Amino acid sequence: MAEYTLKVRRYQPESGEGAYWEEFKVELDPSLSVLDGLLQAKDRDDGSLSVRCSCRAAICGSCGMKVNGSSTLGCKTQIGEAHEQANRRKKEGVPPPMGADEEYKPANGEARGTRTREPGREIAGHDERGQAGAEDAPIIIEPMGNMPVIKDLITDMESTHWTKIRRVTPWLLPHGEAPEREYVVEPESMIDITQSMACIQCGACVSSCLSMEADPDFIGPAALAKAYRFVGDPRDAETKERLHDLAHDPHGIYDCTHCFSCIDACPKGVAPMDQIMRLRRKAGEEGIDDDPNNGHSHEEAFVKIIEKKGTLDEALLVQESYAPGVKGKLKPSMGAIKGLIESLPTVLRAIKTGKARSAHKVIPGLHPKLPGGAQDEVKAIYKHAEEHREEFNIYIAGEDEDFVEPEPDEPTDETLAAEAAAAADTKEES
Amino acid sequence: MPTHDVLVIGAGLAGQRAALAAAEEGVSVGIVSKVHPVRSHSNAAQGGINAALNPGDSWESHAFDTIKGSDYLSDQDAVEIMCREAPEEILHLEHLGVTFHRNEEGKLGTRAFGGASAARTYYVADITGQAIMHVLYEQLMKYSEQVARYEEWFCTALALDEQGECCGVVTRNIADGSMELFQAKSVILANGGNGQVWKPTTNALICTGDGIAQAYRAGAKLMDMEMIQYHPTTLAGKGFLITEGARGEGAHLLNKNGERFMERYAPNKMELASRDVVSRAEQTEINEGRGFDDGTVALDITVVPKKRVHEALREIVLVGKDFAGVDITKEPIHIKPGNHYTMGGVKTDVDGRTDIPGLYAAGEVACVSVHGGNRLGANSLLDTLIFGRRSGADAAARAKRTEGSRPSKAVLEAEQATIDAISAREKGSGRRVSEIKFDLGTVMDAKVAVFRDEAGITEALEKVRQLKEEAKSAYIDDKGSVFNQDLLGAIELGYMLDNAECTCVGALERKESRGAQYRTDFPERNDEEWLKHIDLQLNDDGPEISYSEVTITQWEPEVRSY
Repeated sequence: MAEYTLKVRRYQPESGEGAYWEEFKVELDPSLSVLDGLLQAKDRDDGSLSVRCSCRAAICGSCGMKVNGSSTLGCKTQIGEAHEQANRRKKEGVPPPMGADEEYKPANGEARGTRTREPGREIAGHDERGQAGAEDAPIIIEPMGNMPVIKDLITDMESTHWTKIRRVTPWLLPHGEAPEREYVVEPESMIDITQSMACIQCGACVSSCLSMEADPDFIGPAALAKAYRFVGDPRDAETKERLHDLAHDPHGIYDCTHCFSCIDACPKGVAPMDQIMRLRRKAGEEGIDDDPNNGHSHEEAFVKIIEKKGTLDEALLVQESYAPGVKGKLKPSMGAIKGLIESLPTVLRAIKTGKARSAHKVIPGLHPKLPGGAQDEVKAIYKHAEEHREEFNIYIAGEDEDFVEPEPDEPTDETLAAEAAAAADTKEES
Repeated sequence: MPTHDVLVIGAGLAGQRAALAAAEEGVSVGIVSKVHPVRSHSNAAQGGINAALNPGDSWESHAFDTIKGSDYLSDQDAVEIMCREAPEEILHLEHLGVTFHRNEEGKLGTRAFGGASAARTYYVADITGQAIMHVLYEQLMKYSEQVARYEEWFCTALALDEQGECCGVVTRNIADGSMELFQAKSVILANGGNGQVWKPTTNALICTGDGIAQAYRAGAKLMDMEMIQYHPTTLAGKGFLITEGARGEGAHLLNKNGERFMERYAPNKMELASRDVVSRAEQTEINEGRGFDDGTVALDITVVPKKRVHEALREIVLVGKDFAGVDITKEPIHIKPGNHYTMGGVKTDVDGRTDIPGLYAAGEVACVSVHGGNRLGANSLLDTLIFGRRSGADAAARAKRTEGSRPSKAVLEAEQATIDAISAREKGSGRRVSEIKFDLGTVMDAKVAVFRDEAGITEALEKVRQLKEEAKSAYIDDKGSVFNQDLLGAIELGYMLDNAECTCVGALERKESRGAQYRTDFPERNDEEWLKHIDLQLNDDGPEISYSEVTITQWEPEVRSY
């Protein structure tokens, strides 16, 4: 048994007041979950504390929430670990999310400040105002992001998550009559899509998605992972149509910036971003290279530039993304010219802010190669990745820690990792 | 008033399958669920679904295993139907898109499961229930014009017309608290079992026996309510489920001395004996001091090849890691028997018809009975789908031939009055709802579990009746309309108490040991006197007992050993 403080961002829609923070003191075994803590507070202190929950075993997907700023399932997060994380963050000076250390000022009402619910006992490590001491930070709990809040930790998933799921035509579209027996398919194909089938629609990835924060219309990690479940399914006959649809939607597969947030957030190892990358690869294999985001040529250009130079020639990336190769330059398409012109304000802003002031940042092709033999090492990485085309699928390989020697996962993941670091910039610039 | 030909209450596998089957008949269908359909508890079925589809296997063999597993309390006509129709249902699911495991030839592959004489369990890793349910939900989205979904609507009561036929339900829209009367020519209860009556349980928090209590209160008969399954492999204290698939893949059960103790209890089937047999064996080891200090025995999965664990037992690797801090690929995990499944329920025929015209039941809420005294692993998904489909089809046929009548506003007003009364109770006027639930779960797990006797069951029944009184003054904190979960919890408590009372009465009545009902004061099966169902029907003082015949077709009861 240990004592914990849960600091919950609450919102009671019928009170006429805005959101506020409330602290609950709970007492339970560290191996129990944050959800168990919330349910104890609900059972003992305030039955109006609202959270969707059902299975308590990370299978029903009801209790998506943010714990210490990270999107997850409440039932899958051990309260002891969440407490340690909260302490660690406090010690390292990580600012609490959403100003949880201050009065929370909601957009739609007056702040009510932090209230503390005392279950009639003193909690060590807390000063008289009920604030956690230095060594005892509260576990901060908020509703999921990228979704409207209905009440406390309950969000409106219908208008966001489920609408996006329905966007990807989420049912099998086979051709012709079903066979008399089962469809005979490669056994690996079923294991492959089992990873996206493992999605429990909890919305944690949607909550964590940075692209969706910037573009609320982004189809998003959960729906695209769902889409892969059909694209990767050999029984589905509309693979090409699906890929074309998702590539040509400006909020589709090329709207993802490889930030890895969804992979971190997913409680089931679905790795939505990996599924999005699989969709892109399949779209490329299908010859779909004329998407309105120039996503495919952007990706090709990125891979080629890193292979050649080791680091990113951003000016060249802009050019190559819109007008790839010699042909692209001799006969640029209308879209390319439009895209390049539309990129100008971004380039000018980069010059103005100092991000791109040297010549090799502005003039394509001047960016230098890595010095010495470093470029050869980059090439060796490419070669290794080409030779080890292993799918990173938990149903095949197990999780990270199961590996004795970590292998590079997907063919292009070395570049994806490099790209992730620069994701925000490059997206804007391309 | 929302009106449908067929209204389905509950959107797990049974409910979704029923809705799709009814829609195929061209009638208008509504499906009401207190949680979003994909949150339903069918998710938790990990291991797989049985069907005699392999060459060399036969439905008769599947039926015999099921009947033997049931300790001869199942109705054999119903079992025959389920086992005959199983292969076609598996293929139907496969055609809809379920990502069933394939063998090397790319055809459907199987795994071994408890109590079965052949490997006939079809599966998707260890997320079979989830995979099937999400595929059915895909179909519900596809057929959204034919099936209206009322997601997060809570059914509080059934409405009967003057002829005593079911003509609708009362619901509460959870999002805004509005109460609504629904009209329907056929109502199908598919709202699951009652695991939350016990604490701990593998069941989700939503499994509060709603449909069983709703049917009981409306005057329908319940059957075999004493038959409650304790699953052999649950995490101590928390009740998390470790799939039987683990033992199907070869995992061993060990006591604290490292002995494979099943040798003494089921020398032929060992760990893959029926669940009641394995649970009793474990509990005996624990009671006789050969368990670990935390009241458990060990499940050793390290004997299963690692590659196989990754592709077939992924979910329990996560469960072990997240909920027990154990890497099951490296060390044994401590487990014990835990509440898992309601074999009893609303008495139905093979088309899901209850004895209230217009009212159907399918899935765990129902008792057809195909599971009798003990359900075989991987037969529950099958039960939900076969009898969900049959109920849906029959409910649609009934809707086509009946006029339907308008449910009376009085039912709605009565429900509203009950809710207002709960909300009106002052804080401190009685006990908290959560306290009563805790007491209920504790006494049921202590007295009406793997081993039972008259004194214990009587004590539990008295406690349940005391709690029923206390529930009348129990108060809630939330007085609002939007997502008032506190209020729903108070309504659910009422359902749970009705369920508990019926289980105690049934368990006290059945003076023999059969399947999950093991009476230490009557340790033998007694076919002379007790090869019969115990039916319960509400009268003024609670459940009134009557009996019905067990249907025997071709398998006469014999000694049951594994």
